[in-house]
Amino acid sequence: MGEVSLKGKHLLGLQHATKEEIELILRVAKKMKKIVLSDDKKYPLLKGKSIINLFMENSTRTRSSFELAGKYLGADVINITKSGSSMAKGESFRDTLLTVSYMGTDAIVMRHSAEGSPLYATKVVDPIIINAGDGAHEHPTQALLDMYSIIERKGTLEGKKIVIAGDIMHSRVARSDIYGFTKMGADVHLVGPRTLLYPELAKMGVTIHHDVREAVKDADVINVLRIQLERINSALYPTNREYARIFGINKNVLALAKDDVMVMHPGPMNRGLEIAHDVAYSDESAIQEQVRNGVAVRMAVLYLTIVGGDGSELAD
Amino acid sequence: MNLLIKGGTIVNPKKQQHEVADILVKDGKIAEIGQNLSADGAEVYDATGLIVTPGLIDMHTHLREPGQEAKEDFHSGTQAAAAGGFTRIATMANTKPVVDNAALVRGLQKQAELTGLVKVEFIGAVSKNLEGKELAEMGDMAEAGVVGFSDDGHYVESAAFMRRALEYSSMFNKPVIDHAEEVSLTHEGHMHEGFVAYEMGVKGRPAVAEDMAVARDLLLAQMTGGHIHIAHVSSKDTVDQIRAAKAKGIKVTCEVTAQHLSFTDEYLREYNPAFKMAPPIRSEEHRQALLAGVKDGTIDAIITDHAPHAEEEKDVEFCCAPNGFSGLETSLAAVLTHTYKTGILTLDEIVNLMSVRPAEIMGVDAGVLEVGKTADITVFSTDEEWTVDRNLFYTKGKTSPFDGMTLTGKAKLTVVDGNIVMKEGVVTQ
Repeated sequence: MGEVSLKGKHLLGLQHATKEEIELILRVAKKMKKIVLSDDKKYPLLKGKSIINLFMENSTRTRSSFELAGKYLGADVINITKSGSSMAKGESFRDTLLTVSYMGTDAIVMRHSAEGSPLYATKVVDPIIINAGDGAHEHPTQALLDMYSIIERKGTLEGKKIVIAGDIMHSRVARSDIYGFTKMGADVHLVGPRTLLYPELAKMGVTIHHDVREAVKDADVINVLRIQLERINSALYPTNREYARIFGINKNVLALAKDDVMVMHPGPMNRGLEIAHDVAYSDESAIQEQVRNGVAVRMAVLYLTIVGGDGSELAD
Repeated sequence: MNLLIKGGTIVNPKKQQHEVADILVKDGKIAEIGQNLSADGAEVYDATGLIVTPGLIDMHTHLREPGQEAKEDFHSGTQAAAAGGFTRIATMANTKPVVDNAALVRGLQKQAELTGLVKVEFIGAVSKNLEGKELAEMGDMAEAGVVGFSDDGHYVESAAFMRRALEYSSMFNKPVIDHAEEVSLTHEGHMHEGFVAYEMGVKGRPAVAEDMAVARDLLLAQMTGGHIHIAHVSSKDTVDQIRAAKAKGIKVTCEVTAQHLSFTDEYLREYNPAFKMAPPIRSEEHRQALLAGVKDGTIDAIITDHAPHAEEEKDVEFCCAPNGFSGLETSLAAVLTHTYKTGILTLDEIVNLMSVRPAEIMGVDAGVLEVGKTADITVFSTDEEWTVDRNLFYTKGKTSPFDGMTLTGKAKLTVVDGNIVMKEGVVTQ
């Protein structure tokens, strides 16, 4: 198993990732989760390494999760946000990247509203670039933690019916999930209003639905996406009330899925809109476990890209 | 200085001439075209194996002067034109200030004459300050010598305003050049809307935005009898509409860029802002329709839409970058590579599209090699392979989607008024 290595590689998305690379990350993440759950959460695999979290968009879980992931592994981690940086004074993204990369930086974890900006960063600076979400393009570590969470509960992704519900067009999570889930052999279904889900996406190897009841039939997993209220500025659906009634995931919808259906949400949630309150806090929900798994997966990604290896020095 | 261009293949479609012959230039005019002409003391340019054509004409550029000289000015822009084989170019009105009055046109004509290496034609604005509210003084500008009217960069949103513009401009026999994109469908978009954009997560500019804008303006041209010239056609349905409109006798002409004939939206997958333009590069289906349109004459002209930007403006995140790039120095080579080498167009058709028809649409006395006429001549190779290097550009805007690509065919000699302004890629200062 030692032939796959991510050392020195960027993680820009899952579109071009191989199944073997994904499996390596998930395997190492399993060992990392033990550290997250332990009393002594210092395991200095990244001692002496520097990571900059460059967040041009707001974030609670991804940013703190990356920060703790780096710190649990002994790296020095600092956070830069757009409003607190010289970009607020008009410094270009290029010059910002150059500045933060010339501080002995080993990796830059970046979130940016501009699609393709992590790829752009790889052309401008030398450190390893980890994409923590670029516009509506990709969010690879979210998809990795989603895959980890599904495997943890269901044993495998192979053959599982996974429904991704909601605002697909604006969602970087949806795109990374689709690439990841399909590579791992899952049967992926998308459901959402026609204005937020275009039929052409069937070319990605998924099934398209506009009827949520039909979509969730016998589903193993329902991944509910957030309605990105901040991006929805024109007539994409009439009212939140109608959206919740026709596309919201509630107990009645859940009843049509498999008995042991698992409900996920990448957060932040609009409870009462895309997901009903009682579903979000139900036994079927894995939402909090996703957060915990996010730290483990990001530890694996930072370790594998910055120092490499296959995780054999970690306890099983 | 007299000049003898010897041994080249003359491609001169307006005279149905396609043969090996010499051209003797004396006192800025074509003195003789024939076999085995003697130099008689003139400088000799050996054009053996090369193509000799009436000077190429680009009817759609942005020279950015006045006001945006960090992007380009008349000197650098006409150097780029000379390097690319163009002897005459038309520049759009979206400068700062906007070219919307005759005084400005006259001043800029003088400035271009003083600092330019090739001939510069001016396109006046349709509306004052490109606002689409009040008509610019078209009559005055027509007298000053503009070759057309355009709010290029902006769609004229009001149908009533476009109607009046077509009616009024028709008195002066000048086309209204129409940047046809319905704004409500494009204003947040950065590339062609389709599967590639969906995968990339980038908001799209659908082809239908162009199609419906064109549909409206063809109807208005039909109603008013005005001459509409659809700028940078990019969509299949637009080509079909224009083909049908021409058959109906509507006074419509149109143009396509070299880049829309060369690329598809698959090239945007790397989020390279060099490929970002308006209208956007579309899918292969659209590109094929454009090629069919230039082949059957539906499309009249090939243009560069030379739209230079400063490095700090264009070298940014994809969605933040402005539309357009510098095309003058690569356009001919791109056309030869993607239409001639591929067997789609003949050289006569290419010269029609890049010289004869643009001259006719703009109403300028050019586009033909004829004894007694001004000697504006282009010589190019059809088989020289070269790799585009942005660092060698004369334009100030170094961004180009062709950078690093190998193209086949290259401008070798550019002659304006009998003077060599470019020879073997080197522009004379």
